[in-house]
Amino acid sequence: MASLGELERAVMDLLWAGQEAATANTLRDLLAQSTHPQDGTAGHVGKDLAVTTVLTVLSRLERKGLVERERGTRPHRYQAVSSRADHTAELMHEVLGSAPDREAVLARFIGSVTDNEAETLRKLLGRS
Amino acid sequence: MFWTSYFLAVLAIALAWPVPILLSRAQWPARSPFTAMLLWQAIALAGGLSMIGAMLVYGLEPVGDNLLSGLRALAGMAFNNAPTTDLGFWHIFALSTAALLTAHLVFTLLLTYYKIQRQRRRHRELLDLLASPSSDGPGTMVLNVDSPVAYCLPGGARSVTVLSDGLMAALEPDELRAVLIHENAHLSQRHHLLLWAFAAWRQALPWLPTTRLAQESVNSLIEMLADDVALKTESKTTLIKAIAIVASGSPATPAARLAFVEPGLSDVDASQPGATGGAGSAGTTASRVSRLLSPRPPLSEPLRAAVLACCALLLALPTALLLVPGLLG
Repeated sequence: MASLGELERAVMDLLWAGQEAATANTLRDLLAQSTHPQDGTAGHVGKDLAVTTVLTVLSRLERKGLVERERGTRPHRYQAVSSRADHTAELMHEVLGSAPDREAVLARFIGSVTDNEAETLRKLLGRS
Repeated sequence: MFWTSYFLAVLAIALAWPVPILLSRAQWPARSPFTAMLLWQAIALAGGLSMIGAMLVYGLEPVGDNLLSGLRALAGMAFNNAPTTDLGFWHIFALSTAALLTAHLVFTLLLTYYKIQRQRRRHRELLDLLASPSSDGPGTMVLNVDSPVAYCLPGGARSVTVLSDGLMAALEPDELRAVLIHENAHLSQRHHLLLWAFAAWRQALPWLPTTRLAQESVNSLIEMLADDVALKTESKTTLIKAIAIVASGSPATPAARLAFVEPGLSDVDASQPGATGGAGSAGTTASRVSRLLSPRPPLSEPLRAAVLACCALLLALPTALLLVPGLLG
């Protein structure tokens, strides 16, 4: 039986890969079919999974703001709030800050090393 | 009492403006980053203490010979309805300002902590979904990103170092090792606590030159400290190459290899309190590389001792001025 963390990951992978919103039942079936990325055994996360467990995982993901629910239909259909790429971009934005003006930064760097240092640096990086 | 408040006010002004400007322009901090780091902490603490102390002592002057008796008299007014006629407008103004400033500093510190924690938790949640564990050990994760990025996310036992696919592809094994040692040094030396304190200090008093200069200096000093740890086991050439490749953002374009932008090996920006070892300024990268290319010997033992004595004096002086008269009297 997979941990909640692994299940969250597996559910998000399915939602990110799928084009449209899915119900907990659909997700449960997809998890049961999913194969292990390394050894190829079937259903490594989803074998004998109860729909209630999938719903628990979905509500945890909803609380984290990663998944949203279409409330008009019954049973509820779930979909990812943003794409995998958007979330990765969010992480990178936090780490790198807003994109700096590369030209200006380059000028500033070159202004602050001596010619000697710039020469050494070029040699180190394998270009003369 | 009277002279004490003037002396503390002068000290507060000196520590808020000329002293940090001189220190931020000095060359020696790159030679002994640890000593310089202690001095910045002493300046910030002594600055805050003398700022609040000066106003407190001034405001209490009519009701007590020293801080402690003054505070007792003030407590009498607040709780026992003792007459307040001794306090003039400016005394009450100074006392209120001291109280507000203290509350503001404590509140900002806590608020910044809360924001950082929230952002870190969110970051960690996303990492758990997006990144895969690395073969380098349980504390390392790999993120599917093309540009070369390395950073660490502090979180006690769950601290993690994140490397991008682009970084793993761009770096040789020894360079990668240097990056990992650098990031782990940030974690083991608890640099995030320093960044938190100085980010809060700047957030609380953004218009004060000292807070901005202190934060910028501390940001680059922690990078130098982490570089020094990496230098213990890896060669200087390896480290410089790693910094250059990480800083360039994209190893694919040759020009960018010298461009030193987006230093992922760097530090935290003020506007990103939860960020975790990400973007720093180009200035930081430049001074790091410069320092490695033309190394200068660390400060001599007597000079380091002198700086440490300054730190001790900075903290002891305002504390003693505030407390000793009351304890002796």
